[in-house]
Amino acid sequence: MDFTLSKEHAMAQQLFRDFAHREVEPLAQEVDEFHRFPRETVDKMARCGMLGIPFAKEYGGQGCDTLAYVLAVEEMAKVCGTTSVILSAHTSLGAGAIDRFGTADQKKKYLTPLATGEKLGAFALTEPEAGTDAAGQQTKAVLDGDEWVINGSKIFITNAGEADIYVVFAMTDKAQGTRGISAFIVEKGTPGFEFGLPEKKMGIRGSSTRELIFIDCRIPKENLLGREGKGFGVAMGTLDGGRIGIAAQALGLAEGALDKAVAYVKERKQFGRPIAKFQNTQFQLADMKCEIEATRWMVYHAAATKDAGQPYTVEAALAKLKAANVASDVTRRAVQLLGGYGYIQEYDVERMMRDAKITEIYEGTSEVQRMVISGALLK
Amino acid sequence: MNIVVCIKQVPDTNEVRIDPVRGTLIREGVPTIMNPDDKAGLEAALRLKDEMGAKVSVISMGPMQADLVLREALAMGADEAYLVTDRAFGGADTWATSCTLAAAISKMDYDLIITGRQAIDGDTAQVGPEIAEHLQIPNISYAEAVRVEGDEVVVKRQYEDRYHTVRAKMPALLTALSELNDPRYMTPGGIFDAFREKTVTIWTRADVPVDDGNIGLNGSPTRVFRSFPKTVKAPGMKIEEGVDESVQFVMDKLREKYIL
Repeated sequence: MDFTLSKEHAMAQQLFRDFAHREVEPLAQEVDEFHRFPRETVDKMARCGMLGIPFAKEYGGQGCDTLAYVLAVEEMAKVCGTTSVILSAHTSLGAGAIDRFGTADQKKKYLTPLATGEKLGAFALTEPEAGTDAAGQQTKAVLDGDEWVINGSKIFITNAGEADIYVVFAMTDKAQGTRGISAFIVEKGTPGFEFGLPEKKMGIRGSSTRELIFIDCRIPKENLLGREGKGFGVAMGTLDGGRIGIAAQALGLAEGALDKAVAYVKERKQFGRPIAKFQNTQFQLADMKCEIEATRWMVYHAAATKDAGQPYTVEAALAKLKAANVASDVTRRAVQLLGGYGYIQEYDVERMMRDAKITEIYEGTSEVQRMVISGALLK
Repeated sequence: MNIVVCIKQVPDTNEVRIDPVRGTLIREGVPTIMNPDDKAGLEAALRLKDEMGAKVSVISMGPMQADLVLREALAMGADEAYLVTDRAFGGADTWATSCTLAAAISKMDYDLIITGRQAIDGDTAQVGPEIAEHLQIPNISYAEAVRVEGDEVVVKRQYEDRYHTVRAKMPALLTALSELNDPRYMTPGGIFDAFREKTVTIWTRADVPVDDGNIGLNGSPTRVFRSFPKTVKAPGMKIEEGVDESVQFVMDKLREKYIL
């Protein structure tokens, strides 16, 4: 057992850290305040190959692995929750679904532009009546000659409107429940495919979250992703990978907040000395660090398990549950350590606290992760 | 076209402290980086490669740890990497360093050699031009812009108050300023390839055709007499007059010091 990063992972981590510091951090407050999608950052990530980290070179990817991708999401999240979720939803979900379940032709046509960063990806499962209960899908797809005709809507879709390629789930046989769900690849600009208004969110405000609306949207028959009726497996399989990405995001948010807290308590003086000299501060920091380090190895372990080609559903659920919990806890403690300043936008930690909350909700709530973990225990 | 870029691994001087007694850099525990001027030189080479096609080789003299900075260059897009390393080369001053590097480069194909202007840990700016002297090729220092026209390299050369545009027949050497460009990031895939697919060729004493008298500490004519931290300059002067009076005062002072 070796708990050190390989030289290539360590150098990749340094690259992501430099990029985050120079390109992402300076925009973090602005994209949050004005709910602005950081397109320029996405373009820069594309140029640096950061939108195709785990994918094969054959399809325009970087030929790295899940651990390298996790390091990228983590470093972005340390300074900007928004940027990290754009990267994660694109890589794990949009491109990830096609990478894992697509045919060679589908990968060539759709994964390649996603992996090179020429196009951005998204993943659309959630509906007003179908969140955790994916079988409640109302969106329908009907085969008409050589085309599927999709009708219905999806909500809370990350990267909606900004992404070019969407993996969309729809019922092809309602009577079959989860066995009646199928997955499709839909391109932005397809007639009958529109977007709702952007949602106003508590956190990750620079990321785009919108409704997808399908009215007699016709797509080619060959855009079925995976087999008909196997969409539930596509969704769950993709979300397993996505959970590692969100766990990395949560880890990064916690680390970013701890970095801010450590810097602040050395400067801030009360009763004639820096508040770092008070034992309450020291114990808070120690507890935050302890939780972060435990989380780090759970997240890296989940990634390494996936990279080893072993089943990782439970590892991903464990990592996401723990990391989301720690992100919320550590960012809240950071705000408390900064006191009044912690509540002020300029000091960043209030944004990190708002950003952290979503990690307990999306890509499977913490309750879903508990279901997955306990399900494996009680099998 | 074959381009050879000399790069040096240096301590990140933003992180470095000075030993108050010995007056030397405390290098222990300080992260290392690619020397910024060298990185600009590498970027210039990679841009020439992108524009007109070229093979870019990087070379460094240093301890085995300098392997990392060469891998970084490979991850940015360099094609080949060479590390000149041997205890016999240790303790070299700029003379011994340039003799060693020139001898190593003489084994390689080159049309253009690019070095950084100077390294942030030594600030001598001597090694690049000395390599050109040893190889008896033209040297253009302080390059702020570079292009290649036929068999000539055209360089915008920076001076304190002006530029010169200088043209030289290749093979030639130029020294790059960090202002030359904004170096690209490595790519994640480039990093993985640098460690998993590519190799750094190691050249030890036996591989480098250079006289014993010109290498290492013994081949170094320079002796450091004393080193000390830079003394703090006198504090500035505050002028609390009206605008016109202040401007007049400043102008008078500048004339007094023959700056104007």
